[in-house]
Parts: sequence; structure tokens; C-alpha cells
Amino acid sequence: MLQRCEACGAFAYPAREACPSCLSPALAFADAPRLGTLLAETTARVPSDVYFRERAPWRIGLVKMDCGPTIVAHLHADCAEGAPVRMSLQLDKSGQAVAFARPEGETPNMADDRQWREMTADPKFRRVLVTNGRSVIGQEAVVALKAAGVKTVFVGVAEPWRPFAGEDQLRRQEGVEVVTLDAADEKSAADLAADIGGKVDILVNTTEYVRTGGLLDRKGTSIARDEIDQAYLGFINLAQAFGPAMRMRGADGINNSVAWVNILSVYALANWPAFGAYSASQAACLSLSHCLRAELRPGGIKVMNLFTGPVDTEWFQTVPPPKVAPRAIAQAIVSGLRGGLEEMYVGDVAEEIRQRLAANPKALERELDK
Amino acid sequence: MMKSQRTPYEGIVIAAPVTIPYVRYSIESAQWWIGRALGALVAQAGIKASDIDGLCVSSFTMGTDSGIGLTQHFGLCVRWLDTIPLGGASAIAGLRKAARAVQARDADIVACVAGDTNHVDSFRLTLENFSRFNQDAVYPYGAGGANASFALIARNYMRTFGVTREDVGRIAVAQRANALRNPHALMKAPLTLEQYLAARPISDPIHLFDCVMPCAGAEAFLVMREETAASLGLPAARLLSTIERHNAFADDPMQVRGGWAMDVGELYAMAGVKPDDLDVVQTYDDYPVITMMQFEDLGFCKKGEGAEFVRAHDLTIDGDFPHNTSGGQLSVGQAGAAGAYLGLVEGLRQVLGTAGPTQVSNARLGLASGFGMINYDRGLASGAAIFAGPSR
Repeated sequence: MLQRCEACGAFAYPAREACPSCLSPALAFADAPRLGTLLAETTARVPSDVYFRERAPWRIGLVKMDCGPTIVAHLHADCAEGAPVRMSLQLDKSGQAVAFARPEGETPNMADDRQWREMTADPKFRRVLVTNGRSVIGQEAVVALKAAGVKTVFVGVAEPWRPFAGEDQLRRQEGVEVVTLDAADEKSAADLAADIGGKVDILVNTTEYVRTGGLLDRKGTSIARDEIDQAYLGFINLAQAFGPAMRMRGADGINNSVAWVNILSVYALANWPAFGAYSASQAACLSLSHCLRAELRPGGIKVMNLFTGPVDTEWFQTVPPPKVAPRAIAQAIVSGLRGGLEEMYVGDVAEEIRQRLAANPKALERELDK
Repeated sequence: MMKSQRTPYEGIVIAAPVTIPYVRYSIESAQWWIGRALGALVAQAGIKASDIDGLCVSSFTMGTDSGIGLTQHFGLCVRWLDTIPLGGASAIAGLRKAARAVQARDADIVACVAGDTNHVDSFRLTLENFSRFNQDAVYPYGAGGANASFALIARNYMRTFGVTREDVGRIAVAQRANALRNPHALMKAPLTLEQYLAARPISDPIHLFDCVMPCAGAEAFLVMREETAASLGLPAARLLSTIERHNAFADDPMQVRGGWAMDVGELYAMAGVKPDDLDVVQTYDDYPVITMMQFEDLGFCKKGEGAEFVRAHDLTIDGDFPHNTSGGQLSVGQAGAAGAYLGLVEGLRQVLGTAGPTQVSNARLGLASGFGMINYDRGLASGAAIFAGPSR
């Protein structure tokens, strides 16, 4: 993503207000070819900024992009001067998009690079809490995270004496610890945090509470209360129990605390009247996630929101396809963490809502009313 | 477009070179340092402050003040005023503007002054807020500051032209030898090439003795017409020629030459001298590798021959190529924008024969250059001036 002049086609970097080739003000951000050549590198050993001072030596370089501009970039350890590099924009610990140069091709254990891991939230080697092991999404998340090299997955289960589908398989996995957690219960969240709060590097909030209906076809507020209790207040309980320790552990060794993941309905962005009250509870969670992101930022902890359309689970039984497979959500969690992203849209419905919302929000509101 | 002939600096002189000795840290403000420099100018020239009718100021640390605030601050009533934020190119740029002002009689006596303070945290703050491109696209990348940016340039230059650290080190070592004769230099200990090579790395290939030490200080001079100097009985150097260039060679993927290379022919032609005629040379030495680049771009040798030039010459005060005779910024210290003035002011003292312990014998013709503003990936501003003492 670089600025490109709409008049003469030249790419420009750093971002500016007029094209350096033709002075046209029509500079729009566009996908740019990602390849370039590393012209020169240096290793900063005594940075003036405390963040980098702590992480010195830090390697940077100047990359000549095939599409024109030269870019100062963080370097992957396998980048060599004179060799081609592949550029990407990554979110650094402060939430700023920065240029990162990696070798053009794959190299062994590429994702384990120290500087790369600083920009990502790769679950490999880390300890993860999945908050709801009763749900299919939670169980799939555990499998995907284990496959991604997670050291320990803590899986929250409310009232663990009550059996649930998939329990045996969940308990059989190596490196998976089932823990008691009812996110909607403040004391339960606090008790678990007292136990493992200092060991949670990534928290995946898989709390799920889906009920149909909006306003007029329901009587009273009891279902709405449950939706708020589970999703919204559950989120608050988890944040208050686990957030402070995670924020403090953002620089705790090499496998520090790095990310908080929320799985949200894409209808948090635009109300779907068929699940109208549920949509509203998700919108509340979305708003809260922005607050959490701001509060975790000083510790360098990322908040990733994963938006999904209706999932292929029992509460969306009556909804026609396409639906999102829980496994697809689990894989998106891993790939989002590996990329250090703040937002992901999983499945065709979520992607469509994103595009239609950007194109015409009023039309989307009208069309969701079906 | 046809390039027109520039008007010569007929009868324009520079007088009263002033240095306010540097200190590593100062609790005073930039205005304090500039005030001392103005006071010293007036004292040295034997004029009244009210005789100054033009003012040209450069500083990084004046806060929200610019030249206009300083007029009231120091009780100056001027009819020509400029504030030049060109970092290491500020002295040459200021001199050029002042020279034209007195030539056109918009002013009679212009005080050119640069001063900066250095509080414990000022350097880091300057770094963090240097320029918009720097904030966006350089500082977040390791916050190595100018050291990291110049490390990239140095590495590329050294590899391209087969330059070794020993070659670059000769410049720093010679300047330290010069500095030992300058009582105002902050660096007081001798430096050997072995020590230079053994210094700790800062941002490879930049090591400790490639870096200037930020400090507080001020430098200044007066620009006027010859008859004004004569009427005041002031010894003065004649300005023979200048050049200035910004954002040169933008298509070079990395900086291997500065803007001097675009205008060097004109620099010597206007002065009517050859590089060989110069008795003393003061380059802008934020890093010795940049000095080596200037030896090439200012015509002392060809591009790529800087290392050979350094090996073949003795750069000390008594050597065959006296260079940065005060010790330069590398050994005297870099007092912010005053660093731009340091070479020019020392060069003026040399051709006026008032350099004292660092005096090059029979120095009559001098050159000083400037370089500044690493806005993003390269130094954007460059300039140079040639001046002659009264005996030439």
C-alpha cells in the first residue's frame, strides 16, 4: 500500500500531499508491487528511544522498490544487501503501520525472526487462553492453535462437571489444560486470573451467545439481559481480570504477552433485524473492543477483532448458507495473529457486509431488513 | 530556460568571526547563546548594536521564537531580517543572503548568527521532531537518529568505492590532532587510528569517533561592504564565490554525492581560483565519510578517489592540506545550527590571520562548505563559499 499519483502513475513514499514527479494533488493509496532490493543495512546499537534501546541491536535498511520509491524498513535477519526483498506493512507495538522487509522466498523458520515476532503476535511458543471450550469454535481454535505451535492452551469451561460434545477429544490433547471459567461470572473470571493470569500471552475470547429475534417478537428483557450478561459483561469481566496483567507483560521476555482476540458477529457493524438484539450486543462488544485496544496499547498488546457472518452451528440452523465453518474461524485466528492484524473478515458474508457498508451504509441497512 | 550569469560579490566582505566557547550541556536557553554571540560581534567590531541593520539567525532550540522575536529580545532595530532553518547549510545560505542584502544596500551591516543550547534531553527531542518525513518514515525504525541514516549512506558509499574504516578514520584522527591546539575544543584527548578503529559500534559502520558530540554554543560574523569595513577600520575577508543547492540528484537511489557536485565548476569559476590555490579548507564534518564525499564533490579529487586523497595528504594544520583546523565538529562539538558556522568562522579567522594556536601559516584563500537536513534518506542542503584574506 503506497501513494500512487492518479495523474502520472508514479508511486511516492513517504506519504505526501503532492506528486514529486508532476505535482498533482491526486495521490491515492493503492496496492503497490511488493518487491524491492536492499540497498544498504545498518544495525542501530544505541537507539535514542527507550523502546528500541531495550531491544537493541536493531537492524534496519534502505530498500529500493521496483516500483520507484526508497523505503527505510525493519529487516528480517535473512535479508542480505543487494538481494531482493518482499515488503509488507506491519503494525508495530505502538499500532503504527511500518515497512518490513523479508527475503523474497521462504527461509527456514522464517516466522521465528526476532524483529518479525516483535511486529506480529505469532502464537508459536506462547500460552493461550481460549475462553469457551464448550463451543465448536472454541474447540476448533484449540486444535488450530496447537497446530500453530502454541505451548499451552488453557481452555475455559463453565460448570465442568456437566459433560459436553467434544469433551473427550479436547481433554486428550497434549498441552491443553481445561480450566473452570464462566466469563459471565465476575468471580469466576477473577479466580482463574488469580491462577493463570500471569501466564496468558494471548487471550481468545470465544464467548458465544446467539438467540434469534429483535424487539417486537420478544416479550420483556430477560433474553436481552442474558445476551448482555454473556457477551458484553462477560467481555468486561475478562478484560478486568486478564487485561492488566497482559498489559504489564507486553515486554516480558521473548514470549511475552501479545494479543487479545475477539470473535464478533459482522452484524456488530450493521444491525440484522432477524437477530436484532444479538446484533446490538455485538455492537456493544465492538465499541468496547476499541476501548480495550486503546487501553492495552501502552503495553504493546494488540487487539484483533475477527468479524464473521452466521456460523455453521445450531443457533444459526434456520439461516440458509453460505455459513462459516468453525474451522475457518480457527484458522483465521492463527493467520491473523501471525500477521499481527487488528481486523479480519472471515467468510463471504462478512466480506460482503464490509464492502457494502463502505459503499453505501443506508442501502445496507435497508437491505438487511429482509 | 537559459541559465543567467550571476552577479559577482564585488566589494562584499565578512568580518568579526566570533565563537562563544562550547559546553557539553547548558542550562541556558538558545537565546542566551545567541545574545552572547551578538555581544561579542559588537565588541570585536567596535560598533554599537544600533549599527547592525540586518540580522540572520539559525537555531534548532529557540522554541517558538524566530528572528523577529530576537530583534525585540536584544533591542535590535533592523531593516533586513531572515531566519534560516537549514541545519548544516545555514551558514553558507545565511552568508549568501546577507551578501546580496548589503550589495543591494537593503542593509549596511548584517549580523549572521547561529546558536543552540543543549539541555540534557534536547538532542533526543530534536531527533524525534526533526521533520515530517523523519517522524513518519525514519524515527519509528529503530530510532537510531542521524547515526542510523548516515550509517546507511556510509555503508553504501564505502562498499561502492572500496573505502575502508581506516581511510575514513584518517580524517577524524587528523581533526583530533588539530583540536588539541584549540583550547575551546571539547575533545581534549589525543586520538590514534588504532583507538578510532577499536571504538564501539553505534550503527554499523558508524562507530563512536565517527559521531559528533551534541553541545551548546554559538558562532557569528558580520557581512558588509568593503567601504563600511574600511570606515570602521575592520580587517575583513572578501567573499569571492558561493554555491547553494537543495535536493540535488534526487534520482540517485542512495546518496553518493552532494549538491556541490552540480555547482562546483561555478564555485571556482566565480572566484577565479582552482582547488589547488586554496590554503585552508573547512568541510562540514557531521560524519567523516561526508567529508570524504566533499573532497570529491568540491573538486579536490575525482568521485571514488576520496580514500586515496586522504591517504595521500596530511590534513593537519601543518600538513599539505590543512583541513578543519579548529578540530571541526567531530572534535570541537556540534552546537546545533552553530555547527554550520563553525567551519566558516574558523576559515575566516584563518585568512584574517587571527586563528591563534590553530593558525595555518600564510593562509590567504579559504573554502568552507555546509551540508544539512537529512529530511528522509539523504542530506538535502549543500553549499560552499570561497573567501580571501586582506593579504591576497
